[in-house]
Amino acid sequence: MNFDKELDARGLNCPLPILRTKKSLGELESGQVLKVSSTDPGSVKDMQAFAKQTGNELLSTAENGGEFIFLMRKH
Amino acid sequence: METKKMALIATKGTLDWAYPPFILASTAAALGYEVQIFFTFYGLQLLKKDLSNLKVSPLGNPGMPMKMPFGPKWFKGINWNIPNAVQSLVPGYENIATGLMKQTIANNGVATIPDLRDLCQEAEVKMIACQMTVELFGFDHSDFIGDIEYGGAATFFEFAGETDICLFI
Repeated sequence: MNFDKELDARGLNCPLPILRTKKSLGELESGQVLKVSSTDPGSVKDMQAFAKQTGNELLSTAENGGEFIFLMRKH
Repeated sequence: METKKMALIATKGTLDWAYPPFILASTAAALGYEVQIFFTFYGLQLLKKDLSNLKVSPLGNPGMPMKMPFGPKWFKGINWNIPNAVQSLVPGYENIATGLMKQTIANNGVATIPDLRDLCQEAEVKMIACQMTVELFGFDHSDFIGDIEYGGAATFFEFAGETDICLFI
């Protein structure tokens, strides 16, 4: 799937992946898609919770060898 | 949707206990909360311009694992069960423990306290220093970062009374 911006949050731990995601979304227009890569297993639950509370849409979550890839559409 | 609000009281002045208020405040701000932190007693240490004096002490803290942040895996896995009596006698023990803790923090990709505090300030988390304890401990306003306010219990309640989440840390 296409995305408009990419955030590399690999190696970072809670709460940094969420804080960086928030910041990156701030640089996008409504409807644009952010791709986030993370190695923090806690970020799977946290990204869902972030999306639910902020109204941004978590389009997909994928895991590949301990790395998590999220696609989020800005509200 | 009305903006949610969170108030925290930060009362601890050690490196380990500096994390909960700044993690919760920065995350809440990222979720759209309006956040205030009231720093009182030892929590005032978290508002100092120089945060390098924050330390962690394993002395009298049986809950703290004592593991080395370097070396082969088997070595890192050892929990060094050092008796309190020994800890209290070794000069600089706290400094060594703090150095090891900072290395562990870096190894795990956990943010530093100065970074988390900066993130809170960028996110417009409002920070209030308890004026009474500033005077009690003989601090001066010039010891602390700018962009903070000074107030007392009534100042805290003015915001805390309107919040959705209110925590004492």
